[in-house]
Amino acid sequence: MRNIFLGSLAMVLFASAAQACETAALGDLAIGDAWSRATIGATRPAVFYVAITNAGAQDDALTGITTPAAAMAMLHETVVKDGVASMPHAMRVQVPAGQTTELAPGGYHGMLMQLASALNEGDSFPVTLTFEKAGEVTVNVDVLSLRSEGPTCDDAS
Amino acid sequence: MVLWGAVVLAAAGSVFLYQRQPARQIETVEAFQPEFALTDADGNIRQSEEFRGRYQLVFFGFTNCPDVCPTTLSEVAQVMDDLGPDAAKVQPVFISIDPERDRQMGLDEFTAAFHPSIIGLAGDDVATRAAADSFKIFFEREEDPAAPDGYSMSHSPALYLIGPHGDWLRQYTYGTPASEILADLKSRL
Ligand SMILES: [Cu+2]
Repeated sequence: MRNIFLGSLAMVLFASAAQACETAALGDLAIGDAWSRATIGATRPAVFYVAITNAGAQDDALTGITTPAAAMAMLHETVVKDGVASMPHAMRVQVPAGQTTELAPGGYHGMLMQLASALNEGDSFPVTLTFEKAGEVTVNVDVLSLRSEGPTCDDAS
Repeated sequence: MVLWGAVVLAAAGSVFLYQRQPARQIETVEAFQPEFALTDADGNIRQSEEFRGRYQLVFFGFTNCPDVCPTTLSEVAQVMDDLGPDAAKVQPVFISIDPERDRQMGLDEFTAAFHPSIIGLAGDDVATRAAADSFKIFFEREEDPAAPDGYSMSHSPALYLIGPHGDWLRQYTYGTPASEILADLKSRL
């Protein structure tokens, strides 16, 4: 748990004029295109999207996320079934060998609840991802405009 | 007017059980005129008749929905931007299916953050259910201890197009790109 950081979120938020969309490596996993949408205030949940490429020969799975930006962070999956959308909790997101798995609008997403403060466009904040086999890795998440529908990387994703 | 299904008010008084209607069947129903009378952020009742003469893009959702709802509202916002002068012929309407919480959190600041032309409506539970019935859409409160305030909402995520005479014209299924919605609208304007 990272509650110790909750009171000092301002210290980890910093403006980034250019979205570098840095990629983090963890064994055979490459984690990149981490982005979120600006929020209106801090009372509504925020979202977290990311792309995970598993270049190895062994399947893995994303089992959880934590961030100092939100007291409660969970993995959700948006499911549209029979014309009805819901977003149940996802216990794990499979990260199969040789594939890129995306948390993206309309599918899996990180649900960031009880925000420490509003997320503003241009901010960035860290999210730590926990994988079943590979362990933990922390990525910086770019906060994009509320109307963004995908990551915007300077080096083209 | 309830055309299908049955509403059962559960003993708790807060949970509705509702028969699900597959979206595919909605595509083939005969012409009908959805109606609503719902409160806007200023407390005024807004009725479907008031929008006659313009097309309406109607979307049901809730403002605590960080994935599905911003995607659709962003597309609506993009369509309104791209319509240019024709934007005056189209009224986007966001109907809250979680009206009490959305009123508390601020409906106007939510819709305005996407586009100033979007009208946000949040009526009482009865008026909200009546509006959903009229559009033949589904929504349901789902108790979820891990969700904010202990519940989440499931709902039909499509965008509905209402014509200038109030007729239901079509739905754009969730994920329809703004460019497709724009092209379809322009062919009608
Ligand atoms: Cu969610």
